[in-house]
Amino acid sequence: MGTRLGNLRPNARGTPPLRRRSRLGDRLFKGLSVSMAAGLIALLALLLVVLSVGGYRALSKFGLHFLTGRNWNPVFGREDFGALPFIFGTLVTSAIAIVLAVPVAVGLALLLNEMQLGWLRNPLAVFVDLLAAIPSVVYGLWGLFIMKPVFDHTVEPFLTNTIGQVPAIGALFRGAKYCVETQVGNPRACVKFGYNSNGGDLFTAGVILAVMILPIVTAVTREVVAVVPRDLREGALALGATRYETIRMAVLPYAKSGIVGATMLGLGRALGETIAVSMVVGNGLGIGPSLFRPGYTIPAVIASEFREATSVGVHRSALLALALVLVVVSLVLAALSRMRVRRTARLVGGPTPAGAAEIPALEVTG
Amino acid sequence: MSGAAVATAGARAPGLSRSMSRSRRVKDRAFRASLWACGFLALLPLAFIVWYVLVKGVSALNLDFFTKEPAAPGEPGGGIVQSFVGTALIVGMAIGMAVPLGMLAAIYLSEYGRGRLASAVRFVAEILLSTPSIVAGAFIWAVVVVAMGTFSALAGAIALTVLMWPIITRATEEILRLVPQELREGALALGVPRWKTIARVVIPTAGSGIFTAIMLAVARGMGETAPILLTALGQDFLTTNPVAPADAVPLRIYNYARTPVLSQHAIAWGGAIVLLAAVLVLSITARFLANRQQRRIR
Repeated sequence: MGTRLGNLRPNARGTPPLRRRSRLGDRLFKGLSVSMAAGLIALLALLLVVLSVGGYRALSKFGLHFLTGRNWNPVFGREDFGALPFIFGTLVTSAIAIVLAVPVAVGLALLLNEMQLGWLRNPLAVFVDLLAAIPSVVYGLWGLFIMKPVFDHTVEPFLTNTIGQVPAIGALFRGAKYCVETQVGNPRACVKFGYNSNGGDLFTAGVILAVMILPIVTAVTREVVAVVPRDLREGALALGATRYETIRMAVLPYAKSGIVGATMLGLGRALGETIAVSMVVGNGLGIGPSLFRPGYTIPAVIASEFREATSVGVHRSALLALALVLVVVSLVLAALSRMRVRRTARLVGGPTPAGAAEIPALEVTG
Repeated sequence: MSGAAVATAGARAPGLSRSMSRSRRVKDRAFRASLWACGFLALLPLAFIVWYVLVKGVSALNLDFFTKEPAAPGEPGGGIVQSFVGTALIVGMAIGMAVPLGMLAAIYLSEYGRGRLASAVRFVAEILLSTPSIVAGAFIWAVVVVAMGTFSALAGAIALTVLMWPIITRATEEILRLVPQELREGALALGVPRWKTIARVVIPTAGSGIFTAIMLAVARGMGETAPILLTALGQDFLTTNPVAPADAVPLRIYNYARTPVLSQHAIAWGGAIVLLAAVLVLSITARFLANRQQRRIR
């Protein structure tokens, strides 16, 4: 714009060199920023290409067996890479996390956005965000030394003795490691695994994951709830609806699709979480209904085997292929989630209301 | 406040309360109670984690902890000075790379970005936030570690850059968008070239907000273990060589937590205190600055 104004008076003394320099500066600056922005797209492309190339040997050698095989043996000469136990563990821990975290996150988002909390609101929002700031390894350390013993000795036997007795879903909660002898009367309630007590289990890992994804699911849900127009709420309240009825009839129906989006994002994050999970999941290859058995996840196996893997066989290639599977699933979930949240905003909200703009900034720490 | 006043006044107004059935009131109460329960549940883990890290870790903190290299397993004393230096080195280099990359990309998005490229970049930056950190590690291993032939602090920094670049981009863009359009128009109307308008008007106005974005990204990068594990490997000795394997505090915590050696568990908790304190201070300061900034700009 400045240069266009300058063109109106090309003869003014001193302006031509300045103008030329400015135009050059403008072009340079714009070029730089465009290339850094495009660099992000290039980064994504490079990431996918590098992992595909790295994982190609394993994928081409094992084909579909890579995803469905149950045997994972990196010993050179007897190599066999079937990643099903890791896929199973990843899905189970993430599912536990979603089931536990999403209701709490939605409740929390409604509490923060819809209830009048006064001075409490800001501190509460900050504390929830701080959960996202805690490093994964600190979650892992706490999970391993503080939470796991409590789960092993108290929570899981309790669940085995209560929900574990319910016919259908009970199977999920049987097999706690420390059952007391009085449960012998119900033999199926107390299958003891032969694993040492230092191993964790799928359930403990899922609970830790639930805490870890709570902030991101809350942030996105708040973003979605914030775009529901005020008039709808005010209309419901004016008709004499209670707060509960207002939320149920005027807020949730509009936010539903976005909440599904928030869940998908949370799922994507849960699938990729590495360190905390690898410290408490128990690193066992079994597949079965019990949530109290040791499991293994895709990120955890990459973390624990990558440094020992060599490129002689296809071990390293298999790990890179797992990374590829993981990143593709996470990014697709993130993309679908973003599209849903955006569509909700467009359909429900019209122009973005003030306040909605500041919420996305919070989610970066997740 | 006013909404609650309206709602409760509505519930208590004599004419209405008689007409409102008991079950509706009970449901509303139960609903409110369950929302509060969610709030309470969410605070529990934070309180427990901070409490236990403090209790368990505080005894490990002494001068040796910050100044000595690790003792042999089982022997008393020793510290993890190489982890602190390694974290500083890796995160420092990552800041050096991610800040210019992220800020320029953000400037493009908020100042120039229109049309398909901009929305594509915004979308990609958004989904890159979900890149699993272990994948960033594996990716940089395949690109940098293989090319250099060695694990190194530099590779660790590049892996963190992969994670921090989109974070800084997204957060800075949000901040730059808060800068009033009038300021830009005013500067341009005075004949100031566009790039100078951005450098001298837009960025200074956004000021501490950008700093906030950087702090959030640093807080994230500092606590990462998985990418460091695959790229910087770990190191028992003090070194500041950027192309040699390096240690990092989270990596040391991870390794020590998994050994059966009790004295190393204590050091792991000590490392957790330092890491948690640093990350929480950064995040809280960032939030505080961000709130003040938003109030100032509006």
